[in-house]
Amino acid sequence: MFNAILENLPYLLRGFLTNVQLAVFALGGGLFLGALVGLGRISERPWVYHPVTVYVNFLRNIPLILVIFWFYFVMPILVGRTLDPFVSAAVSFIVFEATYFGEIFRAGFQSISKDLVGAAYSTGLNYRQTAAYILVPIAFRRMLPSLITQSIITFQDTSLAYVIGLQEMVRRTTIVDSMEVRSIQLYSFVALLFFIICFVGSRISRHYEEKSRKAKVL
Amino acid sequence: MIEIKNVNKWFGDFQVLVDINEVVQRGQKVVICGPSGSGKSTLLRCINGLEPYHKGEIIVDGVSLSDPKTNLYKLREKIGMVFQRFELYPHMTVMRNIALAPMKVRKKSRKEAEKKAMELLERVGIPDKAGAYPANLSGGQQQRVAIARALAMEPACMMFDEPTSALDPEMIQEVLEVMIGLAKEGMTMLVVTHEMGFAREVADEIIFMDAGRIVERGRGEEFFKSPKSQRTKDFLAQILK
Repeated sequence: MFNAILENLPYLLRGFLTNVQLAVFALGGGLFLGALVGLGRISERPWVYHPVTVYVNFLRNIPLILVIFWFYFVMPILVGRTLDPFVSAAVSFIVFEATYFGEIFRAGFQSISKDLVGAAYSTGLNYRQTAAYILVPIAFRRMLPSLITQSIITFQDTSLAYVIGLQEMVRRTTIVDSMEVRSIQLYSFVALLFFIICFVGSRISRHYEEKSRKAKVL
Repeated sequence: MIEIKNVNKWFGDFQVLVDINEVVQRGQKVVICGPSGSGKSTLLRCINGLEPYHKGEIIVDGVSLSDPKTNLYKLREKIGMVFQRFELYPHMTVMRNIALAPMKVRKKSRKEAEKKAMELLERVGIPDKAGAYPANLSGGQQQRVAIARALAMEPACMMFDEPTSALDPEMIQEVLEVMIGLAKEGMTMLVVTHEMGFAREVADEIIFMDAGRIVERGRGEEFFKSPKSQRTKDFLAQILK
């Protein structure tokens, strides 16, 4: 009954592994760049604040799929050679997700009192040290539920990379389907896999939300 | 140690500091009092370079804060600061709170920094709380940790911004005792407070501020006994009730 899935399972799962790998890069890079973007968004220096704000507002108002396309077609012109779809997709995701993570970090930074920052400065810590040891860790902990939610969205979005021919799971499913013509079971299987991962993720997010509400540590 | 010359500062149209002049000598203890919104906290923040001022000059240890060449980070190491709401780092243990700056700024080894932190915790009377998080401490304990954190950088001067006004009455004394201890050891101190008992006991000079100006200054008992301006009299009458 599930022949189409079982016979192509290794092929499909390797595609899924690509989604996972892409998500790891997107989240790692997106969170790091996002923390910097968040710092830029609260900066008092106009030459930092304005460019970062333009970047965030621009990317948050265009669909991700366009960003993926745009990078894939424009980067070769800038770099001078065709990019591997995975690299191109990873860069697109990092640049795109950093704007969303950046806004989450910004909200986290703004929840930190001016005097707490003053306390850090008054012990002689410089801006970089204050950001690294005080601002980012506190914002990260406070915003953890939102960051997890955004991470789940990012993971789901990795399937969009099929538009530039990346051999991820959805792409491979269309390939298998074109030969086997078992659309319902094939796509249901893909949906189920995504659902399981994302559902578990959202449960983890809920757990942390409850925990931080009870502990009131931050 | 600290020289304030004709400092003026505005928040938009509102002038928070008007022609402030003050000199704090090494070892001197100055208490600043006055109604809320009179610019006391802002003055402390300006001295530590946490807020800019618009006119005049502040000189700490011979270095002007408004000189663009001044490294504010370096200068702040000389002045410890304690805040009304403690402002401990909530995600770090008490030990980490105190040892962070010595490790990152002074590049001390963790062992060295933690040994020093432990000594300071003993000095403020809570060595058993080294591994606790700030959220699990009482207000008085948190404020004592905040004092230890500031002392860890071995500052030449300590500034306190209403250190006891967020505390329950029964915790005020434990914090004041630590501060009196510091004063007796000869620390230069600049304290914004309404604890007039403390002011009587340690202050070399008491300053009364209102609406961004220094209205009156006096030496210890004389300030309380014979205030010159009516504004100071009214304020003292209210606070000493």
